Formats: sequence, C-alpha cells, structure tokens
Amino acid sequence: MTANTRYRSRVLRSDDVEEKEYVGFATLPNQVHRKSVKKGFDFTLLVAGESGLGKSTLVNSLFLTDLHKDRKLLNAEERISQTVEITKHTVDIEEKGVKLKLTIVDTPGFGDAVNNTECWRSIEGYIDHQFEQYFRDESGLNRKNIQDNRVHCCLYFIPPFGHGLRPVDIEFMKALQEKVNVVPLISKADCLTPGEIKKLKERLREEIDKYGIKIYQFPDCDSDEDEEFKQKDKELKESTPFAVIGSNAVVEVKGQRVRGRLYPWGIVEVENQAHCDFVKLRTMLIRTHMNDLKEVTCDVHYENYRAQCIQTMTRCVCARAKVNAENRVESPIPLFPMATPDADTEKLIKMKDEELRRMQQMLQKMQQQMHEQDL
Amino acid sequence: MSSSDVARRPDPSRSLSLSGHVGFDSLPDQLVNKSTCQGFCFNILCIGETGIGKSTLMDTLFNTNFENFEASHFEPQVKLRAQTYDLQESNVRLRLTVVNTVGFGDQMNKQESYQPVVDYIDRQFESYLQEELKIKRSLHSYHDSRVHACLYFISPTGHSLKSLDLVTMKKLDSKVNIIPVIAKADTITKSELHKFKIKIMSELVSNGVQIYQFPLDDETVAQVNTAMNGLLPFAVVGSTEEVSVGNKMVKARQYPWGVVQVENETHCDFVKLREMLICVNMEDLREQTHTRHYELYRRCKLEEMGFKDTDPESKPVSLQETYEAKRQEFLLELQKREEEMRQMFVQRVKEKESELKDSERELQNRFEQLKRLHADEKAALEEKRRLLEDDQSSFGKRRAAAQLLQAQNLTSNGKKDKDRKNSGFM
Repeated sequence: MTANTRYRSRVLRSDDVEEKEYVGFATLPNQVHRKSVKKGFDFTLLVAGESGLGKSTLVNSLFLTDLHKDRKLLNAEERISQTVEITKHTVDIEEKGVKLKLTIVDTPGFGDAVNNTECWRSIEGYIDHQFEQYFRDESGLNRKNIQDNRVHCCLYFIPPFGHGLRPVDIEFMKALQEKVNVVPLISKADCLTPGEIKKLKERLREEIDKYGIKIYQFPDCDSDEDEEFKQKDKELKESTPFAVIGSNAVVEVKGQRVRGRLYPWGIVEVENQAHCDFVKLRTMLIRTHMNDLKEVTCDVHYENYRAQCIQTMTRCVCARAKVNAENRVESPIPLFPMATPDADTEKLIKMKDEELRRMQQMLQKMQQQMHEQDL
Repeated sequence: MSSSDVARRPDPSRSLSLSGHVGFDSLPDQLVNKSTCQGFCFNILCIGETGIGKSTLMDTLFNTNFENFEASHFEPQVKLRAQTYDLQESNVRLRLTVVNTVGFGDQMNKQESYQPVVDYIDRQFESYLQEELKIKRSLHSYHDSRVHACLYFISPTGHSLKSLDLVTMKKLDSKVNIIPVIAKADTITKSELHKFKIKIMSELVSNGVQIYQFPLDDETVAQVNTAMNGLLPFAVVGSTEEVSVGNKMVKARQYPWGVVQVENETHCDFVKLREMLICVNMEDLREQTHTRHYELYRRCKLEEMGFKDTDPESKPVSLQETYEAKRQEFLLELQKREEEMRQMFVQRVKEKESELKDSERELQNRFEQLKRLHADEKAALEEKRRLLEDDQSSFGKRRAAAQLLQAQNLTSNGKKDKDRKNSGFM
C-alpha cells in the first residue's frame, strides 16, 4: 500500500465500508473487550484508619456485599497495647458477565493502641512484600499464571471529629505515598453540616499541600471529551477529599428502599448526592478510575520499587564482585537485596576517618597553644 | 474510765415535742441566704480529643459564649487551659471555672497523656490543703479551685471505649467525679446508641472504673436520679446556632436530611445532662469532691509526710506534737547536711590547692629545665664563638705573615733585579 492510501484508511466513514480501503481494525476495541471479559479483572483495596470510623460498613456499601460476617471486635483494655494486623478477604463478584476478583485488605488495630509510634510499619511491609512477590514472579522462568496481589488503592479514613489532619494521619500518608495510591476520605460525614464539610475539606486540602503529601491525583481528561464529561470531572476533582457515609441497613424513603441511616430527625440516604459524596467515590473508584488506579500502581509505584530493587542489587553484586573476583557468579535469577553490608561498612569507615582527622587537628592546635604558652 | 473515752461516746439525748412554734425551721433559709450572698463556685474539667466539641458543649450548657479558639492537632504534649467566668441567674451568682485539655489524644505516643491532668487536679488539692494547714487562714474567702466535676468526652465510634479513654479514666476515678458523655451523638442511630451505652458501661465496670453515680439518699430526687443512672453515659449534641423550627428559634444543627434539636429529648440527652449536672446535683458534686476525693488526697499526702492518727502504742497523737517532732527532725537533718557540705567544701579546697601546687611545681621544673637548656646552648654558642675568634685571629696572623712574606719577596726580587740590572749594565 502506498502512503496515500494508508492515510485515507485512517478515518472510517460509513460510506467507506464498501470502499476497497476498508481494513476493519476499528473492531479492535470490541476484541479487547471480549478478551478482558473472558480473562476477568482483579482489584486489591487496602482500607486503613482507626477502628470505629466505618471502614467495614463503607466497603459493604460500595460493593453491596457483606464481607465481615462474624468479626470479633476487641475491648478497650485489649487494645491498649495492640499491634497492627493485616487481614485479607477475597470475594468473586460478577456483573453483566464481567468477573471481578476483589481483595479487601483490612488493618485492624491501626491507631488503637496507646502508643502508636510507627504503627504503619506492618502495612508498609505488606505492600513491599506484594511488590517483591510480583517482582520475583515476573523475573521467573514460568510466567503463565502470575497472581497480581499488589495493592492498587488505599482508602485512608480521616475522622470527622477533629479540625483537620492529625500527626498520625500525616505520618501514615507520607510513609505510603510512594508505594500505593492514597485516597483520603472523611468518614462518618453525617456528623458534619454542609458548611462544616466544606470548611474541613478546604482545611484538609491545605494541610495536604502544606505537608507535601502526594495523594492520588485524577488524570486530566482528554481535550476532545464532551463538555458534560469535563464538567463532571471538574466537580469530582473539586470535592476531594470525599466525605462519605456507609450503611449496612436498608430503609424506606418515599416508597423506595434505599441504603441509609434512620435517625429521629431524618433519614440519611447513602446514595443521595446532596447528603454525602458516596456516589462520587463509587463512580471514581469503580466506574471510571479503577483501571487508572491499577495502571498507576503498575507503571509508577511498582516501577519505582523495581528500579530501587535493581539498584541495590547491582550495588550489592558489584561490591561482592570486587571482594572475590575469582568466584564470579553468573546468576540469571536475580538475587534479592539483603542488607548491603559493604556499603554500610564503607560509610562507617568514612565516618570514622573523618572523626580521626578532626581529633588530630584538635590535638595539633592544643599542642601549638601549649607551645606558645611556654615560650 | 479515762476522760477521752467519755468524750467519745455521744450523750444519750431525749427527744421532746414542742408546744408551740419556736422558729428554728428557718435555719435552712438562713443558710441559703448566707450562701447566696457569698455566691457559689463550681469547677468543671473537660477532657476529650481535639475537636470533639468540649467548648461548644460548655457554651450550650451555660448559654453563653466563652470565647474559645480552636486548638491545633500538633501540640507536643497535653496541656490544660483554665478560664474563670462570673455568671448570674436571678439573684444567684456563680463563679464558674472551665478547664479544657489541649492536645489530648493527638500525640503518637499517648502513654503520658493522663499525667498533666492528674497533676492539675493534685495541684488544686494541694493548694487547698496548704490553706487549711496555715496558721492564719481564711477559708471562707478562699477561691476553691478544686475540680468538682470531670466531663469525659467519648468519641462516637459506636464500638466501645478507646484504649486511651480506659487508661485515663482509671487514673482519675479516685481523684474526681467522672461523668462520661458521648460527644457528637448525632452520628449514632438509636439502636447503635443503645448497644454502645451498654458496651461502655460494661467495660467500665469490668475494669473497675468508678464513675460518678447520682445520689439516691434524698427521697425528693432519688427517683429521678435512679432513672438517670441507668441512662449513663449521656449522648449529647452541642450547638450555639439557632434554627427556626415551627415558629420558634431553637438551638439546633441543620443537616440536609433534617434538623437535630439540642433540647429535644428524643434527639439527644442534652436536657438530661443539664438537669443532672446543674439543676439537681451540683451541690452534691461539690460535697463529694470535698468529703471523698479531697479527704483521700489529704490522707495520702499526710501519711506520706509521716503523720499518723495514732502512735505505735495506739494513743491518739495530736497534729501539733507530730508537727513539732517533724520540725526537730527536719532541723537536725538540715544541720547534718550543712556539716556535710562544709566538710566536702573543705576537702575540695584542699584537693584543688594540692592540684595547683603540683602544677606550679611542674611549671617550675620545666622552667628550670628550659633555663638549663638555654644556658647549655649559650655555653655551646660561646664555645663556638671562641673557636671562631681563634680561627679568625690565626687567620689574621697567617695573613699578616703572608703579607710580610710577600713584601719580603718583593724587596728581594727588587734587589735581584737591581743586581741583574747592575750586572747587565756593566
């Protein structure tokens, strides 16, 4: 085909169908759709926050299932010195032929103990462990059935009872911002009036900027999308962090059965946009940005981890190669970075050298002084 | 049959009936008049996380604006902030002190969070004790700053108490009347609230935390108090903003789904709290603080200092004797310490002196050494100079000799020449 004919075939107009230049790759999206439906999707969601903020209820509301059928809640005295656990629940749900393997990672005990210093370490360790496993699988010889357990999104629940971010919130988000997509949420938003919600959101956005926390940013929509979509996208971006309410119960409102909370003074409807941002969260998390979250995890967070891994490995290997040049080991299977003792001891030696030099200088000065005094 | 025994047993008295009106039934009224003239004083301590609604609830309870500013979440330690206000209702004056915690529950490590609160309460008890022990004291005009009631604000998680709540309340239950309240209760539904209250009370009981129970000994209020005791902890909502409901303006919070009225008993327990805390039991709270908590503190403190009610032979010991004995002991100890310090001072001076002497001697030695060196070098130099001079003089002599020789040579050469010339001439 000459260049001219190739150009013309790009734009498929309806009258071109009979033309000789019709190729037919416009059906590619359909093919992709079919294949992906057959393969099924998976998504891992991490929920973190103090207990009693409605994490389980929200997850149940989001996915319209009951994930925590019989869980045991600890008493206050048991929680005084509790450590953070990681629990995983995996469910398979299906909608219109599309299968989703959903994994919810829960973190009971986060922020509950009296002393919460470094309570996120186990969560950080878990995420790193998933990355490491995937790295190992990816570099292995048999890559047919790789299970992707990497955490795609982390919902962090901020309590609405305070004035803004607390030290534990800032430390947690800063520790995990480079490893996972952090989406902060204002939980139990039915204790805030609309004015208070607006003030709190502004406050949170300010503090997130001030402390340099990198939360998940929605990608900008393409310029050729229609106005309605762009408007919705803009609204979505301006209402972060989302103020959400969850409910396990179904109540009757104006003849309809909806998920909500029944109070003596009124009924809070979970899916009412004027009441809370639950719908926006669901739209963002499931309907529009689920794939983007996965992509950012794969392309940004995982690649960062992988690059760091390889860097530490090559340093390790180089140092080892320097030490024993005869036994050069050609390893196609990458060795995993243990603590790099060579780099560390080198640093220590350098430090000690500096100290020695400084002390020698001081000694010389003292000697000079004494000499001058004597004379 | 000692005198003290007789004094202890109360005299058996007979009761008489009056044949007319005497008039001492006005005694309570006289008391009331007196205390109304004096004015009352009440101190409330509010403990709760930042932003949980302590200041708003105080504003709502006392129907005023106490001008509190928002605290930040980043306080490194828990602090207490006390503010005193003078309020008046009909002809009753109240001096109200509200103490708020600042930064409670915000730190990462909350193990020491309760300490500033305990210290504050103890300080108030201590200053009252000091006033009581003074020789010239003025208790009736003393501004009583002891904490009468402690409102502990529980976060409305709906599950149970937080670990910090339990630890703090255990430390405070023997020092102050604790009244737990569930803050921001408009986030809990009725059924959740019922379960939450039961859970909280069972946790408190199982951990042995003694919260304030409304008194049941007075028949007029016993019934109400019993009912209220069963409704603890109160679930409250605070608001200073007014919303129009029906045709009235009421204190409420306006939500898109409804209006939460603060003074509506079906919405929250605010009215019950106000009644119990202020209308019915305020005086009892003050009394409990004085008779139970303060006495406990006083007893512990005095026992610490070494006072006892009875001697080892179980004879009653008067405070004065003990005090005198203590004073003597203290003076003796002071003297001993002074002696010790003086001795130590003398010793140190001696040590320093010897040190200085040593160093002086050393310096002297060095100086001598250097001087010797110097002298040696000087001698050596002298020697060298002498040698040099010798050399010089010998050189000078040799030169003179050489010159002489040269001069002689010249003259002898001249003679030879003359001879030759002469010989040649002839």
